Amino acid sequence: MSEDAVTPEAVRHVAALARVDLEDDEVDQFTEQFADILAAFETLDSVPDVDTDADLTNVMRADEVRGSLETDTALRNAPDSEDEYFKGPNVS
Amino acid sequence: MSEDIFITETTIDGADDGPLAGQTVAVKDNISTADVRTTCGSRMLEEYVPPYDATVVGRISEAGATIVGKANMDEFGMGTTTETSHFGPTDNPAAPGHVPGGSSGGSAAAVAAGEADIALGSDTGGSIRCPAAFCGVVGIKPTYGLVSRYGLVAYANSLEQIGPLAATTEAAAALLDVVAGPDEYDGTTREDPNADRGTYAEAADGDVDGLTIGVPTELLEGAEEGVVETFLDAIGTLEDQGASYHEVSLPSVEHAVEAYYVIAMSEASSNLARFDGVRYGHSGGYEGNWNESFSTARAEGFGPEVKRRILLGTYALSAGYHDKYYKKAQDARAWVKQDFDAALEEADVLASPTMPVTPFELGESLDDPLQMYLADANTVPVNLADLPAISAPAGETGGLPVGIQFVGPAFGERRLVRAASALE
Repeated sequence: MSEDAVTPEAVRHVAALARVDLEDDEVDQFTEQFADILAAFETLDSVPDVDTDADLTNVMRADEVRGSLETDTALRNAPDSEDEYFKGPNVS
Repeated sequence: MSEDIFITETTIDGADDGPLAGQTVAVKDNISTADVRTTCGSRMLEEYVPPYDATVVGRISEAGATIVGKANMDEFGMGTTTETSHFGPTDNPAAPGHVPGGSSGGSAAAVAAGEADIALGSDTGGSIRCPAAFCGVVGIKPTYGLVSRYGLVAYANSLEQIGPLAATTEAAAALLDVVAGPDEYDGTTREDPNADRGTYAEAADGDVDGLTIGVPTELLEGAEEGVVETFLDAIGTLEDQGASYHEVSLPSVEHAVEAYYVIAMSEASSNLARFDGVRYGHSGGYEGNWNESFSTARAEGFGPEVKRRILLGTYALSAGYHDKYYKKAQDARAWVKQDFDAALEEADVLASPTMPVTPFELGESLDDPLQMYLADANTVPVNLADLPAISAPAGETGGLPVGIQFVGPAFGERRLVRAASALE
């Protein structure tokens, strides 16, 4: 997207992947801004390959049954629920 | 007088006794408080009420502190001015008419205005240190893994840490003493290997005799003249007390801002995918199918800066671009780490201006996101390197506060506290 100019279609495509509806004026604004920002990101091309020796250890615990949130507590923030379930839109 | 410091004012009483007894605390509104709404500065979570406390909230309550409010912030921590908050901007008590910095702007303003004795913020790329510098208070970004992130609403989890803000170095360090330490609910937490060297608060003894300070030339180059002068005056004060300084070079930091934003936006695009308006958050309604409903919820619930970062992160991780952006950013991150490690072999601490600029005027800076991102040049390298840093007041230029940042090796918080306390 950055080597070619950033196009409104490319912005709409990414927005669709990210599940964010955009207004037309937002598409225009992002198209312009993304060109600048991605041009800045291009400068990472000159970063050398670096060997990483991350100091990582696994953090394990016993696989024991523990308490968790009660159902009504877990549902408390849901915009809508039905019986003991979150209510969502149609899956199609 | 109201500076819009708090999104929600509340009173959560702590234990009767403890190291923080009698102290009031402002808690950034991305840190979960059971039964008190936690918005992240976003319309998406305007009505979200967490069912549990963050680990740090439990620890300050047990230590006797009283929480007085949930502090304003840039939406989901994404900003440098606290102006991206859905709930409106916060004025800077130390420089009225100017931004308090961000994203933990409400936390810093609460301390600066005396609305709270101490505060908790979170720092993903400077979000504690920037507002500390802009409001003339002290802020500590701990070593990655020192403080539990359990209950912190994630933005970019490989970079962020919760940390303290206070009017004095000792008070900030005392709050760090309370919140630091391993947590079984956060597998990235670690025991401080220097725990036998006393508390962080005890390190606020102002003794910098023999301290060696490295000043990265790259972090002075882009800074305003008045900021550099104020910074060098503070270094001079430390020299008068027996510290010495030398210049160092960190060539990798030229790429730090770009690497930081690629990594932070990529992590954000994944972390914020959970906000679909079904289990919590702003609902997209029940018309249309699943994808349409999600897209509506997210269009209405997120502000422009959050949308911008989610989209750019989605792009950076998408097929064909992952190696070009994300992998190169990880290389840059590793390079920054190596540079800092090498520089800290030759110096006890590194120092720079916290921010290359003084606080912007309110409303001045939102139109050009790239320019805003570049203002983070001195703070983001520290998050990339997982290191601790402190911002302390260095003085003023043109009547506006300037912060000095000290960076240390992993779990070197005590020497940062010591250096900062020598300026008080």
